[in-house]
Amino acid sequence: MPEFFQFLVSGLTVGAVYALVALGFTLVYSASDVVNFAQGEFVMLGGMVTVFVSTAGVPLPLAALIAVGVSIVIGLLLYWLAIAPARGASAISLIIITIGASIFLRGAAQIVFDKQFHKLPSFSGDTPVNLFGAAVQPQSFWVLGGAAVIVLLLYVFLERTLLGKAVLATAANRLAARLVGINTATIMALAFGGSAAIGGIAGILITPITLTSYDVGTQLALKGFAAAMLGGMGNPLGAVVGGLLLGSLEAFGAGYISSTYKDAFAFIVILVVLFTAPQGLFGRRAVERV
Amino acid sequence: MRGSLRVLEIGNLRSAYGRIEVLKGISLEVRVGEVVALIGSNGAGKTTLLRALSGVQPITGGEISFLGERIERLPSHRRVARGILQSPEGRQIFGPLSVEDNLRLGAYLRRDNDIDEDREKIFGMFPMLKEKRSQLAGGLSGGQQQMLAIGRALMGKPKLLLLDEPSLGLSPVLIDQILAAIVSLRAAGVTVLLVEQNAAAALEIADRGYVIETGRIVHSGAASALLSDPKVKASYLGFE
Ligand SMILES: Nc1ncnc2c1ncn2[C@@H]1O[C@H](COP(=O)(O)OP(=O)(O)O)[C@@H](O)[C@H]1O
Ligand SMILES: [Mg+2]
Repeated sequence: MPEFFQFLVSGLTVGAVYALVALGFTLVYSASDVVNFAQGEFVMLGGMVTVFVSTAGVPLPLAALIAVGVSIVIGLLLYWLAIAPARGASAISLIIITIGASIFLRGAAQIVFDKQFHKLPSFSGDTPVNLFGAAVQPQSFWVLGGAAVIVLLLYVFLERTLLGKAVLATAANRLAARLVGINTATIMALAFGGSAAIGGIAGILITPITLTSYDVGTQLALKGFAAAMLGGMGNPLGAVVGGLLLGSLEAFGAGYISSTYKDAFAFIVILVVLFTAPQGLFGRRAVERV
Repeated sequence: MRGSLRVLEIGNLRSAYGRIEVLKGISLEVRVGEVVALIGSNGAGKTTLLRALSGVQPITGGEISFLGERIERLPSHRRVARGILQSPEGRQIFGPLSVEDNLRLGAYLRRDNDIDEDREKIFGMFPMLKEKRSQLAGGLSGGQQQMLAIGRALMGKPKLLLLDEPSLGLSPVLIDQILAAIVSLRAAGVTVLLVEQNAAAALEIADRGYVIETGRIVHSGAASALLSDPKVKASYLGFE
């Protein structure tokens, strides 16, 4: 039994990161119909910028803040320089643009930073906490708590503020959103910036556990995409559940079956979802589309 | 006679989908306080014209003046800010949001303090919406969605209200209700450009009318004159 909890905790911890990446996918997809495969690069940026800025002597919290800022700026640039000019292009073209952007960001990171793996110190030390017989890293609580706070803030923003409702309106019906005076280009920029911030924070929280390097974004984008598909692309709650589920699946698979095939689970999930339930577990949030 | 101040003046407006020109030089005007009907058969270009006026359909030529100022280059949200609100064809309500949220979003650009008051006025006009205020708009019946779409446009405090086929797909009772609502809007001083395939009904309540055929205005005049015009009668008013 202790090993069950051990797997569960590590699965949920990694799953929380997948959930945040999936949330980024969902946010951007809802506002703009773009599947942004550069989503994983924001996680990389969050971790890498924090590592390099703090190594330069800046205190960790400030370095983290700078890293989130950098992620947001890159997210906005991605929208303004690559996505907005291609408005009206087909879904496939836009996906190719985001894949191109992710390759570019990875290449730039390799030059600006380096090709090594990097670690951040755990925020609250490395003494494991015993929970139901499982030894839990304190950083796991930071990841899970951080993810919970982000989800809660996003929920409050979307459901309780006029700007948040404008995001939901844009997701539900872009034509109608424009007809009531919503500047949908601003909403899309907001979605790109917001999902970049979420990705950046995820990268900062998880780096003490998993390490980071210039190329961690690719795998994470894939896992986050699988999680978003699992939950139903465009559904924020589905993204969170999908992420936690995928993380757990990986951890149990690696623990009970074989760790060699750990990364294959995401592919299997994508395939199974595509074949059996293309709408995902929760379907799409928007009922009406133009 | 209604005021002679022009709310809307369109000159030689053109619009195309790809290489297919759909509006081939439309000119018309709407004066303050008027209800103007734009009638024409399916595919004539009515929806395209209203979308061009709201700035959600690109134009290829011509000009649009609103309250004396050129607006054809303004993005859609700036036109809404100036007071051009539209209840689009097919209703296009925000299905996953509540009735109340739909109405609140209609007032998205407003910064005054009368928003709640105006919402109550709309509830007074369409009591059905008040009953269902916290329900999801996507669950409303077609008629209720139409009322919501009109109510949402009214929440933007229109100086010019564009209505695209508000009677489409509704029962005769509901059509009468919608038309009565338009008449009461006129009484309240709202200027309306009303697009209808249901030409007779639209001309009954309008001051003036334009007939559009494959992207061109082919008739225009006082609504009563159009109603008795033999050519208009033959093409658009069925057997009346
Ligand atoms: N999105 C579109 N793409 C291409 N052609 C369109 C599109 N929308 C409308 N059309 C064409 O433009 C013409 C005018 O359409 P529309 O403005 O919807 O007419 P109406 O509202 O009078 O029925 C029609 O021939 C229609 O087929
Ligand atoms: Mg039409």
